[in-house]
Amino acid sequence: MEVAAKELVPFLKDTYHQGRPAFLACLALLTAGLLCAAAAPAPDLLLLDRVTWGASTTSAARLRAMGPEKWLDWQLHPTPADALPAAAQAQIDAMTISRRPMADLVIELAAQGRAANQMPDADQKQAAQRAYQQAMSDLAKQAAERQVLRDLYDPAQLREQMTWFWFNHFNVHQYKSDIRPMLADYEDRALRPHALGHFRDLLTATATHPAMLRYLDNAENAAGHINENYAREIMELHTMGVGAGYTQQDVEELARILTGLGIDPRPEPPHLPPALQSQLVRDGLFEFNPARHDYGDKLFLGHQIKGSGLAEVSEALDILDHQPATALHLSRELAVFFLQDTPPDPLVRRMAQTFQTTDGDIAAVLSTLFHAAEFTQSAGQRFKDPMHFALSAVRLAYDDKIILNPAPILGWLNRMAEGLYNHETPDGYPLGSASWNGPGQMALRFEIARQIGSGSAGLFRPDEPNAADHPAFPVLQNALYFNRLRDQLSTTTRAALDQATSPQDWNTLFLSSPEFMY
Amino acid sequence: MRRRDLLAALAAIGPLTVAGRVWAAPKAPARLLVVFLRGAYDAANVVIPVSSDFYYQSRPVLAVPRPTALPLTADWGLHPALKDSLYPLWQAKQAAFVPFAGTDDLTRSHFETQDTIELGQSVQGARDYRSGFMGRLAGVLAGSRPIAFTDQLPLMFRGGPQIPNIGLNSVGKPGIDARQAALITQMYQGRALAPAVTEGFAVRDEVYRSIAEEMTQASRGAVSPKGLELSARRIARLMRDEFSLGFVDVGGWDTHVNQGGATGYLADRIGELGRGMAAFADEIGPAAWHDTVVVVISEFGRTFRENGDKGTDHGHGSVYWVLGGGIKGGEIAGDQIAVSQATLFQNRDYPVLTDYRALFGGLLRRMYGLDAGQIAQVFPKAGNAKDLGLV
Repeated sequence: MEVAAKELVPFLKDTYHQGRPAFLACLALLTAGLLCAAAAPAPDLLLLDRVTWGASTTSAARLRAMGPEKWLDWQLHPTPADALPAAAQAQIDAMTISRRPMADLVIELAAQGRAANQMPDADQKQAAQRAYQQAMSDLAKQAAERQVLRDLYDPAQLREQMTWFWFNHFNVHQYKSDIRPMLADYEDRALRPHALGHFRDLLTATATHPAMLRYLDNAENAAGHINENYAREIMELHTMGVGAGYTQQDVEELARILTGLGIDPRPEPPHLPPALQSQLVRDGLFEFNPARHDYGDKLFLGHQIKGSGLAEVSEALDILDHQPATALHLSRELAVFFLQDTPPDPLVRRMAQTFQTTDGDIAAVLSTLFHAAEFTQSAGQRFKDPMHFALSAVRLAYDDKIILNPAPILGWLNRMAEGLYNHETPDGYPLGSASWNGPGQMALRFEIARQIGSGSAGLFRPDEPNAADHPAFPVLQNALYFNRLRDQLSTTTRAALDQATSPQDWNTLFLSSPEFMY
Repeated sequence: MRRRDLLAALAAIGPLTVAGRVWAAPKAPARLLVVFLRGAYDAANVVIPVSSDFYYQSRPVLAVPRPTALPLTADWGLHPALKDSLYPLWQAKQAAFVPFAGTDDLTRSHFETQDTIELGQSVQGARDYRSGFMGRLAGVLAGSRPIAFTDQLPLMFRGGPQIPNIGLNSVGKPGIDARQAALITQMYQGRALAPAVTEGFAVRDEVYRSIAEEMTQASRGAVSPKGLELSARRIARLMRDEFSLGFVDVGGWDTHVNQGGATGYLADRIGELGRGMAAFADEIGPAAWHDTVVVVISEFGRTFRENGDKGTDHGHGSVYWVLGGGIKGGEIAGDQIAVSQATLFQNRDYPVLTDYRALFGGLLRRMYGLDAGQIAQVFPKAGNAKDLGLV
């Protein structure tokens, strides 16, 4: 929940002249129990709203206890010690995706699919194919539920937000081919470990992950049978951005460089002539097959690349990582996600500069962003997308009381058209407000506000046959509300809330209020 | 307040700007509904090439026998499951079929080809995934009232003015009651989102009122329609009263296995679709139906030969339908060739002789008087629109 920008003006006037991270300085005073400016709005709430999936009583207390600078530094550099609460971790531990490696699951399901296709009787075949599809969907659902649990309860909130951000940036769609059993691993091993690390590592991790190789068809890309799909999207979406000056020739050359990067579920290595055998690379389902690689020399973005096998990919990704256009494209995307639809150019340029001087250190780029005066000035401008809307409501309503069933949240996200792993095209979900605040979408959002606000909404009924609903009620009029949020509401909103006829009604109105949308 | 009353009230104080668009009287009363059969329906078993011996050789199990097919022309027959729904529209010259229709996308992937159609952009070079052709059409047609009758805003409607979407199967009584809606509207007064909130409640109420009428009828003992027919009647009422550009999708066509022939799975699905289209024509009423064009499309056709599982696999050319009270129907339209092994594309599928963009371009020119420049905005780099003379 954020305050309107104009309400921040007095605060900025008092503190901005220091030319330093104004609100952080101010916050330090606040947490020390001093007043930093009369009628100052709540920059700590702004920080919570943007850095986490939504302010909760616990997260606000933690920020207050640590002080904003230390808290932000912790969010930018979380440690493995920042673990999920046991009740949430136990739910994840029970999942198949936690107990079995991706390669086993994919290979096993492929066999199940083949067996289904070989059924002689057509009806049996159809039933077997349905069972195969269901098994794949179950694994995708586990990955989605794991993500929701982490988003709600992982103390390293910024990492979890960035994991979603990078999934969306390197988007794959669950329903293509056999991607569903790959999602959990893609998220956990390709994206999450690097979410606040170096961008270059994300490039390698995605380029060698079966989910990406399947989704953008590089598994089909071989010498003599070029498939440009992945090469084009790396440049257009993942790195430089559309219109950044590369040519069709560059796309074709990158496609040649990427030949041979693919997926091989077979246990035995491919038959290769002796000269190529040393070039073979296999890791789980990933395979670089030299027999499928185009070993000719390439000219890529003005650089000569000698035909040498997998090393060419590394060289090409380095070139892309170091393009000024890449730094600008990613900085703008981050600023749109965390600040506003059209972030100020000077800030984007400063972030890009940080990107270039730190060799693509994502935490450093975000530090530039969160310390910028433009960040404070963007208060009230980041309209919540459905992810932020649903998760922030549940975080505020239940704080650290762990939900027992994330499925209702997945349902809400799907209804609001931002379902996890559900964007068909490689561009990912749009980040701008205009995609989420249309008339039908607002009306639906209020319906979902009512579902979240009126009762436990299935969140405390475990997803098992005959499970009992554990008692729970969304408490939005909590300590955080009385201590902080109430002061941020406009008189109009307060007047409407005063007319609530029950706690359920109050919750519905509060979650529908304009203040809660930002 | 009823939506029209609201609009009337606001019209008195000047043009109503909703979500950045000015609602004004449409230039033309024409309505367009696009129906997308997702999963690639087996066109050859619905609009049947009855004069082709090769069809009967290629589909020993699945073929619809000649005497069973409803006669369209000397060369074509219609699936018998459409006898009481679509066939009467054909006889009234309110239905036409465009065989050998489709895209230049050769991936044979559902996802890729659905995207291709919805984007309406060239398959060569970079594509803008934020911009679909119905979205661009809504931008070109000032005063149009677009809506997607889907749970999610489809790719086709992205990138234009802000467009509401509403899934009609799951619509129930709104949980937010009138008192809450009034309080919420009040909270947004004077804010940038106020018009979207007002419009959102108005659309919701409109849809629900349509449905409430239906429920009242049902409670008097009327047979209540189900599934697609129910949705189609809801869509018809909304398009009759409020909306001029609509989209709905219908799934369940990916018949690799056991699809049936004159009867069976596909016959049931196609029968349901036919009843849906006839219900739409009935419910929208003669006057509005006269000004309405419905185009039924699918991402591609299926293999011309049946497979070993009594089904069909991913193919290329399809057969599109054009329906409407004022169209020059009763015709098999567009370029055609004899159906034989020699004319199959890659010796497996119908070829594409009518590109979907050319077909839509031709319809749009006739329906809305769009010029070549405007059509190029809707379908950039698409080549010439093809006037099949259907409207």
